[in-house]
Amino acid sequence: MVSLATEKKQDLNLLSRIASGDGHGENSSYFEGWKAYEENPFHPIDRPDGVIQMGLAENQLCGDLMRKWVIEHPEASICTEQGVNQFSDIAIFQDYHGLPEFRQAVAKFMEKTRNNRVKFDPDRIVMSGGATGAHETVAFCLANPGDGFLVPTPYYPGFDRDLRWRTGVNLVPVTCHSSDGFKITVEALEDAYEKALLSNIPVKGLLMTNPSNPLGTTLDRECLKSLVNFTNEKRIHLIADEIYAATTFGQSEFISVAEVIEEIEDCNRDLIHIVYSLSKDMGLPGFRVGIIYSYNDRVVQIARKMSSFGLVSSQTQRLIAKMLSDEDFVDEFIRESKLRLAARHKELTTGLDGLGIGWLKAEAGLFLWMDLRNLLKTATFDSETELWRVIVHQVKLNVSPGGSFHCHEPGWFRVCFANMDHKTMETALERIRVFTSQLEEETKPVAAAPMMAKKKKKCWQSNLRLSFSDKRRFDDGFFSPHSPVPPSPLVRAQT
Amino acid sequence: MKQLSTKVTSNGHGQDSSYFLGWEEYEKNPYDEITNPNGMIQMGLAENQLCFDLIESWLAKNPDAASLKRNGQSIFKELALFQDYHGMPEFKKAMAEFMEEIRGNRVTFDPKKIVLAAGSTSANETLMFCLAEPGDAFLLPTPYYPGFDRDLKWRTGAEILPIHCSSSNGFQITEAALQQAYQQAQKLDLKVKGVLVTNPSNPLGTALTRRELNLLVDFITSKNIHLISDEIYSGTMFGFEQFISVMDVLKDKKLENTEVSKRVHVVYSLSKDLGLPGFRVGAIYSNDEMIVSAATKMSSFGLVSSQTQYLLSALLSDKKFTSQYLEENQKRLKSRQRRLVSGLEAAGITSLRSNAGLFCWVDMRHLLDTNTFEAELELWKKIVYNVKLNISPGSSCHCTEPGWFRVCFANMSEDTLDLALKRLKTFVESTDCGRMISRSSHERLKSLRKKTVSNWVFRVSWSDRVPDER
Repeated sequence: MVSLATEKKQDLNLLSRIASGDGHGENSSYFEGWKAYEENPFHPIDRPDGVIQMGLAENQLCGDLMRKWVIEHPEASICTEQGVNQFSDIAIFQDYHGLPEFRQAVAKFMEKTRNNRVKFDPDRIVMSGGATGAHETVAFCLANPGDGFLVPTPYYPGFDRDLRWRTGVNLVPVTCHSSDGFKITVEALEDAYEKALLSNIPVKGLLMTNPSNPLGTTLDRECLKSLVNFTNEKRIHLIADEIYAATTFGQSEFISVAEVIEEIEDCNRDLIHIVYSLSKDMGLPGFRVGIIYSYNDRVVQIARKMSSFGLVSSQTQRLIAKMLSDEDFVDEFIRESKLRLAARHKELTTGLDGLGIGWLKAEAGLFLWMDLRNLLKTATFDSETELWRVIVHQVKLNVSPGGSFHCHEPGWFRVCFANMDHKTMETALERIRVFTSQLEEETKPVAAAPMMAKKKKKCWQSNLRLSFSDKRRFDDGFFSPHSPVPPSPLVRAQT
Repeated sequence: MKQLSTKVTSNGHGQDSSYFLGWEEYEKNPYDEITNPNGMIQMGLAENQLCFDLIESWLAKNPDAASLKRNGQSIFKELALFQDYHGMPEFKKAMAEFMEEIRGNRVTFDPKKIVLAAGSTSANETLMFCLAEPGDAFLLPTPYYPGFDRDLKWRTGAEILPIHCSSSNGFQITEAALQQAYQQAQKLDLKVKGVLVTNPSNPLGTALTRRELNLLVDFITSKNIHLISDEIYSGTMFGFEQFISVMDVLKDKKLENTEVSKRVHVVYSLSKDLGLPGFRVGAIYSNDEMIVSAATKMSSFGLVSSQTQYLLSALLSDKKFTSQYLEENQKRLKSRQRRLVSGLEAAGITSLRSNAGLFCWVDMRHLLDTNTFEAELELWKKIVYNVKLNISPGSSCHCTEPGWFRVCFANMSEDTLDLALKRLKTFVESTDCGRMISRSSHERLKSLRKKTVSNWVFRVSWSDRVPDER
């Protein structure tokens, strides 16, 4: 009779290290907030006290335009009467080059979202299973297990899984500071590069997201040039994740790396790669349209062979090809999307301004980088986690703590705004207002109405006790918020 | 070159094999009845193009599913945002029930144990990542689908070791072959993590017998390793026999809900049975919670488009459609296979008696100059470049005996098939062997028929129509 412990050990031995480990990163706090939301999701009528999801970077503001187009264009579907004559051809189409019209339409769309200042070659467009699949494929192409990519912090937590989990590649953080608006400086890059070498991690590339997730900022021309010059000089790859390219609004302008390389003499284009997707710009994450655009012929060739592991459904390729070829629709969509993003952003920022809550000035992306450093008891990540738990479980807003983005400084939170309607935004702002006024009451001296003040203080204290018991519940398998997976040697050295 | 990974600089993608080169040649000069009647006929592509009319007629009768509506209302926005890697519950339920129907409803599939993937290409790779470390080995019976070299090994670093099967017993898996493969792994200091079989087999076109399945389950039990059964062709069974899944065997051996059952995994896809390879619908079915959990997370790298999930959940939930489809599909495949087999016989060519799949495993050993793989490649080149038929040489499927070829029959019209057979007959007649045939054609056909009958008799003796075969 085999004991349970031995059986479990045997079980683990039968699975690979990749499967039995935590490389998927889902024990991070990033996902715990999602779980809280899933257990009690907000609904204006059915669950008005539920958790409002502000941790999901989705663009839901222009779904009506898309829906209208699909209804008005039944020929874009291969299943309707108008499109079924194409059904069999499309259903058997599994060529990893992708439908030519799909590649052409995506190339054109990428040009439009860069204000037609650059041209994209449809033959360099390679499909992947969303940007998730694209990043993993690029890592497989550019790096061997044990190699490293430099990544400026704060960065999208999913990179820990996408770039590292099955590839064995390391991520080496490039520390950015709030003191200069989280700019990526050459000093920080050099510093990170040196540290990697000292830790015996061969650096193979630099991955940057522009516009930035979670900051919502765009890189200016000078900064972009300095990044290209840095990677060019070090002879390492530059991977530009431009998934939020069309989400700039207001005064903000998006400059693609594709544009900048035209202006740099002796730029080795074999080192330049762009990751893209339609999940954010068009709000179509369910359709899994990921794109790798590389200037390196060999990478295009091999990534294309690897795309067999995550091709875009031909049914979807065809729909997208039709939709993106409708230039009038695309122009209207991009224009309207920017206006609606700007409006929702303004609503949130006006509300936060009124409450004296700071946020990083930025005009891109589907989120805000909110500054709650002054609400921390101590300038530590433990304090940030404590505050975050209060926000999730008592204020009932699922926002994402900066630690989960590997932010160097505690107290920052990413707050998404494009995945909700106006009423929900109002409710969220109201809850923040109530919360901050409660905090103000807390810090008010006990004066004219001592009984009331004492009572209020009691409430806050009991809330605190609640948060401690929550901590115990989450301690099982909960890693420190800024290292959701066993950290690379470099991160350990820093902390 | 150091700037790229070894995965890029090596040829682990396996696409320099003749299997893929034949496809490339086809791309350069594809046959078309009207515009290119002398072009190359594609017989190297295992696609099922026989039943699109059935699906198209279903679409015409189901406008809601066809236009992404529910109760007349567009649900486009909901679908556009659905990216939950658990997949659509209604789709997984429909897949589970379809898989049950294909197995005569003798076994049940729990939708919660299904993990969706972007085609079985992705499903097989994901399972490898879950079960094997780089350098670990899986045993595969030869001949096997050439794509496995890429899918199982390329990015995972896993190894494949062959379980040698031979024509002497119809390429069936024997205990001796299993043991020999395992010992070979030990000699090479490779840790064996499991066995992977395709059932029905690609390229053989035969379903595994109950004897073979029992052997496999016993083998993995004794070695404490995994068994992956790629059942992608399960709905293409057209022979007299019923399709026996590894799940049937677990049930019959009363091994359900045991530790062994947690090491048996099924891979499936809608690419062959429904003829929808473009839609990228693959699935892993596992009784091991940890594998389901890990594979589900990995499916983020290759989810099924929500648009496709919605359409297919409606299609597969229509039980009237699925039962009619499966029956008609089998009829058409059987008829097409017969057409190919009799056409080959007329050219003096026999094939392994098949009862499933979209292809036949054809015996052209008598056409080789010498019993070598060089001679096989020479013959293949003649057939590709002179006869203009793209068929797949056995060596690309790692067959241990030269002279066997996989010839597909379900990806073309009857007329095209007839033309291909005509070209082949002309070619054979022009060779020395062909001249022999025409001189003593009567004698030869008589002996061919005998051979065919004895093949049939041989396989029937192993089938489960013999009641005490357990």
